[in-house]
Amino acid sequence: MNQDMAEPILQMDKTSKSFGGVQALRDVSFDVFPGDVLGIIGPNGSGKTTIVNCITGFVKPTSGRVYFKGEDITGRQPHKVADLGVTRTFQIMRPYYSLPAYKNLVIPLFSPRAKRTGGWRGGGRLGNRQTIAIDILEEIGFERDSYIPFKKTSTLPTGYLKRLELARCLALKPEIIICDEVFSGLSMSEIASMVPLIQRLQDEGITIVMIEHRLRELFQVANRVMVLNFGQKLTEGTPTEVMADEKVKEAYFGSEEVEEVMIYA
Amino acid sequence: MSTQKLRKERIDRGIKVRSDGLYALMSLRELSYLTLPRFVLIAGMLSLPFLMPDMYWQRVISIVCIYAILALSFDFLAHYVGLVSLGGAFFIGTGGYVAGILNSYYGIPPVLTVPLAAIIGGAICTLMLLPCLPLKGVYFAIVTLMYPLFMARIIEAFDLFGGTDGLAGIDSFSSAFAEQYLVICTVLIFLFGLRRFVTTDMGLIFTAVMDNDQAVKASGINITKYKALAVFIASSAGCMAGACLTHIYMWSGISQFALDFSILPIAATVIGGAGTLAGPVLGCFILVPVSELLRDFGTLRIVFYASVLVGFILFRSDGIMVFMQRKYEQFERWTKI
Amino acid sequence: MEILVYGTINSVSLALMGLGFAMVYGISRVPNFAHGALYIICGFVTWTLFQIVGLSYFVAIILSLCVNGILGMSMYRFVLIRVRGMSISEIIASYAIGLVILEGLRFGGFRGMTYTLPVFMEGSLMIGGVPVDYHRVVMTIIGVALVAGLWVFTHYTRIGLALQGMAQDERAAMMLGIDSDFMAMVAMGFGAVLAGVAAILILPLGNIVVESGYHVLIMSIAVCIVGGLGSWMGAFFAAFIIGYAQILTVVYIGSHFQMVVAILAIILTLILKPSGLFGQQKELEERV
Repeated sequence: MNQDMAEPILQMDKTSKSFGGVQALRDVSFDVFPGDVLGIIGPNGSGKTTIVNCITGFVKPTSGRVYFKGEDITGRQPHKVADLGVTRTFQIMRPYYSLPAYKNLVIPLFSPRAKRTGGWRGGGRLGNRQTIAIDILEEIGFERDSYIPFKKTSTLPTGYLKRLELARCLALKPEIIICDEVFSGLSMSEIASMVPLIQRLQDEGITIVMIEHRLRELFQVANRVMVLNFGQKLTEGTPTEVMADEKVKEAYFGSEEVEEVMIYA
Repeated sequence: MSTQKLRKERIDRGIKVRSDGLYALMSLRELSYLTLPRFVLIAGMLSLPFLMPDMYWQRVISIVCIYAILALSFDFLAHYVGLVSLGGAFFIGTGGYVAGILNSYYGIPPVLTVPLAAIIGGAICTLMLLPCLPLKGVYFAIVTLMYPLFMARIIEAFDLFGGTDGLAGIDSFSSAFAEQYLVICTVLIFLFGLRRFVTTDMGLIFTAVMDNDQAVKASGINITKYKALAVFIASSAGCMAGACLTHIYMWSGISQFALDFSILPIAATVIGGAGTLAGPVLGCFILVPVSELLRDFGTLRIVFYASVLVGFILFRSDGIMVFMQRKYEQFERWTKI
Repeated sequence: MEILVYGTINSVSLALMGLGFAMVYGISRVPNFAHGALYIICGFVTWTLFQIVGLSYFVAIILSLCVNGILGMSMYRFVLIRVRGMSISEIIASYAIGLVILEGLRFGGFRGMTYTLPVFMEGSLMIGGVPVDYHRVVMTIIGVALVAGLWVFTHYTRIGLALQGMAQDERAAMMLGIDSDFMAMVAMGFGAVLAGVAAILILPLGNIVVESGYHVLIMSIAVCIVGGLGSWMGAFFAAFIIGYAQILTVVYIGSHFQMVVAILAIILTLILKPSGLFGQQKELEERV
């Protein structure tokens, strides 16, 4: 744990958000440190996606602040937040269905940030966007020889679309990737192949925030877990700490599932 | 006998399959397969002024081209950027008035007013549409439908620029040929320019905005900027058409904000083939002359092209261009099943 | 006082114009751009039946309302059903139908002469020192009664509730056994009848001219946009806002600006708050 040594890279400070009369988030604060993989879990409707939206600027928090590297990014427009290197995936995948897979990556590579940084593995220089796009896709698991990168996005299976969402973030050479349920809707084998990918990204020094329902896989990769319930932060700690927490058991987990997961973890 | 069932099969021509990628061009035959349609179009358009029998039909050619530019700008905005603008008349009117004002108040010759009107008018239209850019679908369509009406009423109410009489006595082009070649070349430049543009990396951004604007935002791209750019391209095309129209009729007035300019390009786009860019031009070459023939019958021509429009939306929603493309690139045969 | 009386009358007539449009959009999500044409055609049918065929005025009105309803329903059944869900095609198709009707009428000889419908009641009375003719009073009363009746209809009758259910969530309504296409057709017929009612109430105040079809279309769009697309109670309130604003501009600025007010209201509402004053759409849906 490196809480005491490092400055937090992303900080959420007492953020609240209400839609009409519904309070989606209530005074949620947490810190993310460089190199972390922070998991955020919670039942449906507990405000997980709202956190993502508040950080990335798709929704403006009603109160509270969000800091990235000490800089206040509350309520900034999404493209400006992304320009800083805070990227996200969408729970409901949003690829560009009318384009082939590799051209999906041309769009993030066209952004000012990609021009500055050269994209993932770009080394500060941006070459031909379409070739870089194919390289990125190959590295993230699109087999080049099978022509999958060249297929129309609308014909791709879910597993590839989830990877494409990640690739879109990577093309920006991100500092943080906030994954909104990248494992959901995938088969066990597809998840099994995603886990090493996440670990590799972590090794490369990309900070990752994961919002997940698949606890088993999440606990393999996450080094800290935060639990949300009804828009409030319930607890935060290492996976084992969280599992042991009585409050969490009561509020969120079905007891059987907890046992099962604990054995696994 | 009757129990035998037949099925229509459509197969890509081999030459199409080979010439789809750029690298596969291996013979003159394949080269000509690709370039022939384009060549026919260019040569046909350029020779039109010579083929037309009299002044009247030469004038019709100019009008066709003006509508074609408008239809191109509609098609580009609607099917490559996802902004459906029902305000073709707004572009025409703005361009027309800018050209008229520049010419009659400042005495600038038509050679300069047309490009100036394209730039200034495009800037004016973009600025006025800027607050509407976050709107989507029906909302954007309605707001753009209202703009030309609004402009016309404002000019009428404040009695601006000659009020209801409009600006008369504007210089015409130096000769009929200059006029026609200007509009024909403009159509060709916009047609091939836009076709090339939408396949570039920047053109892909527009397609992406149409597909999924949230993801574009999450990719760190300012979509308002690109939407504004697209509107500028489309509106400056429209304004240029408007400026040409002003100089052709030597007059600019509030009838340039009339519905004709909004609805006819849309009809032409639907008939010609939405999203093909060449289709709208084709649609104009069909619709406008027919509606000129019906001019004696007054408003019947609006009835005519509105009903053609409804018919095409219902029964042939992919348009003539797609049909012709299919005939050119595929062969069909009946097979037994 | 004059402003108050005429503002109310103007507002009610705007509400009458907009009600059909709001109803159709609210239930079937079809922006019916042929609304103005339906309005005018009802006036012409009534006129033809009354003046040429020689039916009694009351019978002519009933018949023409029926004709209008059938017209609206067949418009949905034969044309709009094929482009359902593609909002832009819906706009273009319905607008083109409207153009065909309006310009067809114009070509068909309905021009030059003046066509008028008789008022329901002659004479006038004084309201607070302002002379108001009986017809306007009747129009206002019927208009308000119509809105109240509609409210009761949509909240307490079976078909009204079905329509409301469809307005809220079409798929859920379909799962509960509501035939969405049939309901949309009914809504469309209903909207057409409402346009007809508006025409019969408003047209006797002036001449029947084709241009007013476009005018009615713009006004009903204005009312619906300001009130929030899809919310017809919103449209009713927005009619009062725009109605008074128009009367005020006529009194203080000039009658030229009457239309400008409406168009400006549309543009400003869309720019500032696209969901309108009473709209139910979520902000994210219509904005990027």
